[in-house]
Amino acid sequence: MAILAVENLHRRFGGLHAVNDVSFQVAAGQIKAVIGPNGAGKTTLFNLVSGALTPSSGVVRFQGKDIQGRRPFEIAALGMARTYQNIKMFAGMTALENVMVGCHLRGKAGFLSSMLHAPWTWNEEREVLGKSMELLELLEIGESAHVLATSLAFGQQRAVELARALAMQPSLLLLDEPAAGLNIYETAEVGRLITKIRDMGITVLLVEHDMSLVMDISDEIVVLCFGEKIAEDLPAAIQNNPEVIKIYLGE
Amino acid sequence: MKRILPILPLLAVVVLVQLVTAWTGTQYYLTQMTMAAYYSLLIIGLCVLMGYAGQISLGHAGFFAIGGYLSAALTTRSLVPFKEAALVRLLDNCGMLHAGKDLYGGELLVVTPWAAAVFAVLVAALIAVAIGIPVLKLKGHYLAMATLGFGIIIYRLVLATPWFGEADGISGVPPFQLFSGVTVSGETSVRILNYYLAWGVLLCGLVLLINLMQSRIGRALRAIHGSEEAADAMGVNIARFKLQTFVLSAVFAAIAGVLLTHYNGGIGPSEAGVMKSVRYVAIVAVGGMAHLWGAMFMGVLLNFLSLRGVFGSYDDAVFGLILIVIMLFAPDGILSLITGRKKQAVTVPTVQQDREV
Repeated sequence: MAILAVENLHRRFGGLHAVNDVSFQVAAGQIKAVIGPNGAGKTTLFNLVSGALTPSSGVVRFQGKDIQGRRPFEIAALGMARTYQNIKMFAGMTALENVMVGCHLRGKAGFLSSMLHAPWTWNEEREVLGKSMELLELLEIGESAHVLATSLAFGQQRAVELARALAMQPSLLLLDEPAAGLNIYETAEVGRLITKIRDMGITVLLVEHDMSLVMDISDEIVVLCFGEKIAEDLPAAIQNNPEVIKIYLGE
Repeated sequence: MKRILPILPLLAVVVLVQLVTAWTGTQYYLTQMTMAAYYSLLIIGLCVLMGYAGQISLGHAGFFAIGGYLSAALTTRSLVPFKEAALVRLLDNCGMLHAGKDLYGGELLVVTPWAAAVFAVLVAALIAVAIGIPVLKLKGHYLAMATLGFGIIIYRLVLATPWFGEADGISGVPPFQLFSGVTVSGETSVRILNYYLAWGVLLCGLVLLINLMQSRIGRALRAIHGSEEAADAMGVNIARFKLQTFVLSAVFAAIAGVLLTHYNGGIGPSEAGVMKSVRYVAIVAVGGMAHLWGAMFMGVLLNFLSLRGVFGSYDDAVFGLILIVIMLFAPDGILSLITGRKKQAVTVPTVQQDREV
């Protein structure tokens, strides 16, 4: 069953048709990759799916519900998490606190009970703390838990961002260039991690430039070029698709 | 409990100050310490709004004035002419009215301080909701200007309305008996009691806000400040949290206004003035924006000095100067100069720093 369905999606920025009539589906439990040259509309597509941008027209269906035009926090509540190409840490907060924000939706404490530090919030706080620490350790940055997130190394910030997204316990995880800026060893590590996340039962949709990573881990690939979908197939078939080769290597 | 522990030494200092003034015969200082404590209640509320939620407000003197003026007017303006009105009779039956004699022996019928205080704070909260919903959509300079506009409106309203005493303000506000034996009043006989009462209220407010900042809500607020886009994607309802914080800080301001007005026995239009709002923002900035302890400490110190008349006629000029100097040389607050504390969360609070792809 498709957990995410995109149908005839359009987005125009003035005269630029950034996403032009794109349709595809993501089946539950798979890793699906979106690739394409710079400016193909990949990040715009992500922003449309996650609610950061509103489509000019078209349908985004997540778990059977039409979500186009809904606000990001509403879509997050339905079980969609995302990371960003240019990492967006919560400045002024530690790595641990960043991940704890990821647990926001599962908490119930409101203004009054928080101000009174009411006993019925203690349990929730303990659970959030334990869960967040667990995730940091899963991503092997447990020792940096109490360091300001923005002062961590780039690769570690990536890990914090991923832990933060996992803390939401999403059913669908959008990863925007998870390997950008990483060396080949770190990239391979990220690949193993994404496979692990899939095995935890989380569906993954990722945008990525690193072809070897995409070919290694994806179950299916969508190719975008100038906002249009030009191919959608298994990795092996994409590698031999003449049109895709033409885009990447020229005539 | 760990988070509350720093309160204890502070409590000791509060007691020590009182004892020292008693020994040295300088109890008159306690009056300004009491007033400074009430002003600081407003300051720490504003600190949460500015430093943690990242929203600036140049209209908080307005909320202070709403609290102060409404409780002053309701507890002094006689309802005798409206004695037969259904609403007045209903209030009377609920025990919310207080009959007495005015200065010239005439009949007087006014609202009790408790009822007036609750009403004043509720009105401030409602106005904060009504103002906050449209205004908090704005960012940075635009939000500052919109809240400034609100502050000016309140100032002009109290200045032009006879019921609020126009340029004279309202005097003769009665003492506020909180409960048996504890009365908010400026009389010398209860000066020490009121000193402890004001500090008790301030420290309670501080504990509540410290709790808030270390909770799920506090994390969400700081996340909004860190990156609105990412907080949104984590499921944080940004518009709602900003509004709730705005209302919370307005309620703190209104409570401060109510209590200080009863303590002073009156309120004047300068309390609603724009320069007051600027002063509050300056004090939060000196304290270090996202630093409740710093804001409280600076709130007490600067208000105390100002109330003692240390700055003379240059009062407002001094606070303007403080704002400039702090922004130039210590944008992380004055304490950062001593501790070397650096925090990137303390740039101009509302300017969106996310660059988009």
